Amino acid sequence: MSPWLALAIWLLVVATIIPVMGMAIGYAEMKISAHMQSRIGPYFAGGRFGWAQLIADGVKFFQKEDLVPDNADRPVFKMAPVLVMVGTVGLFVVIPFGPGLTPQNLDLGIFYALAISSVGTIGVLMAGWSSGNKYSLMGGLRAAGQLIAYELPLVLAVVGVVILAGTMSLDGIVQAQISWFSEAGWSLGMPFVIVQAVGLGVFFIASLAELSRIPFDMPIAESELVMGYLTEYSGFRFLFFFLAEFANMFTLSAIAATLFLGGYWVPGVPDSILQFVGPLVLLGKIALFIFVSIWVRWTFPRFREDQLQTLAWKWLVPISLANIIVTGVLKVVL
Amino acid sequence: MGFEDWAAEPLNWVFLAVALATTISGLRVVTSPNVVHAALFLVAALAGTAAIFLLLAAEFLAWVLVLVYIGAVIVLFLFGIMITRAPTGRDEAEVDHQRRAPAVLVSAGLFALLAWGLLSQWGDTALDRITAGTPTEVLAEGLLGRFVFPFEVVGFVLLAALVGGITIARRDLSPAEERERESR
Repeated sequence: MSPWLALAIWLLVVATIIPVMGMAIGYAEMKISAHMQSRIGPYFAGGRFGWAQLIADGVKFFQKEDLVPDNADRPVFKMAPVLVMVGTVGLFVVIPFGPGLTPQNLDLGIFYALAISSVGTIGVLMAGWSSGNKYSLMGGLRAAGQLIAYELPLVLAVVGVVILAGTMSLDGIVQAQISWFSEAGWSLGMPFVIVQAVGLGVFFIASLAELSRIPFDMPIAESELVMGYLTEYSGFRFLFFFLAEFANMFTLSAIAATLFLGGYWVPGVPDSILQFVGPLVLLGKIALFIFVSIWVRWTFPRFREDQLQTLAWKWLVPISLANIIVTGVLKVVL
Repeated sequence: MGFEDWAAEPLNWVFLAVALATTISGLRVVTSPNVVHAALFLVAALAGTAAIFLLLAAEFLAWVLVLVYIGAVIVLFLFGIMITRAPTGRDEAEVDHQRRAPAVLVSAGLFALLAWGLLSQWGDTALDRITAGTPTEVLAEGLLGRFVFPFEVVGFVLLAALVGGITIARRDLSPAEERERESR
């Protein structure tokens, strides 16, 4: 297969996954939150269960006027959603969907993923500043402070897994989990969550904060900042932010599943079958993380700004540093 | 190498595009009248530099540049600019500096020094085509093996700078202020 054809296929896959997953997660969020609050949720669109609600919403966004405030900095304002999307789309490059189904098995895998996902922060700041609006600027500032604070534990939580696996390639990390204890002739796998539960906890909390989801939604706090850096965005550009947020949920969950739950791997299934069911297995593990984050969202109240910074700097960073030291020492000793 | 050979290699065109974009953004960083725009052009310049590192198959360096500089340093730049000046939307105050001539002189001198250094080292030697980057393991062995001492020294200096920065920036409260804060 020529590299151009392969590239075209992967682009097509990503261009389908992002909107479809965004809509699926959005629908799940509506339905699950409704049930948690003894409501029914969407039930009309599409005939049954309101399954077409998000499609209808998408069409609605397309019809809306593309507003740019008079006071806004036009080029920056228009670039911002694109940059946010770049950070999300770039993550798809390294996620292993099955044996031999990694778009690009980079040697630096997880490091690349963390680097490219940090680009989105610039987009958020650009959106906040260029809107020419005090609420947006406040939202942008809060977002920057929060994303910087939680990027650190996010990166540090991964180090434990990298030490255990001895590689940064995401495919290599899955392989390390598949054949953790390997003697001649047989091998026994172990998902890293068993020994890196602390790492998973820190990673999950930090990724919730990176997504600015409740309880970490100070940057967009509807009740005080209207919508923060999203206030002035409408129509298609707002849809971009919205899709990027949900697609980011998907990719960060995929990375968490790959690092800690063994990715596409299920115990006892040979590679020949995993090639076909691998993506579904990964999808199942992603769904688990997404359900938990929806659950958290509709359970906890919002953190105050100082509580949020305290959690990051005084708890998560020290905990993940201790995790790295313990993992490193045990790796050498055992 | 003639132009025909040069043009036949697609990577050369990629390099040309990236290098032009980087140079133009670098120029705009210092000529842009709006300080936020300058910071954003710096993002573009750094991204271009990362792309050049990628072309040289220095993957690790490229992504370090993205993670540390674009993802953290520039974000802190923007954060600082916005929290102090906060020129939302169109900024009327233009950024300029009186001492343009010395600045031009210093940058031209730095460019000449770097160019001279590189040319005297390599001249017109054509480098072999780089097909694969250095594996991260090799890089790590170098950093924590042969170069462990300089690595640790740099780490120590950075830590000292960090502590110094905090000490200078943070003023301890006088006892009276301390009491006032506690009573509040």
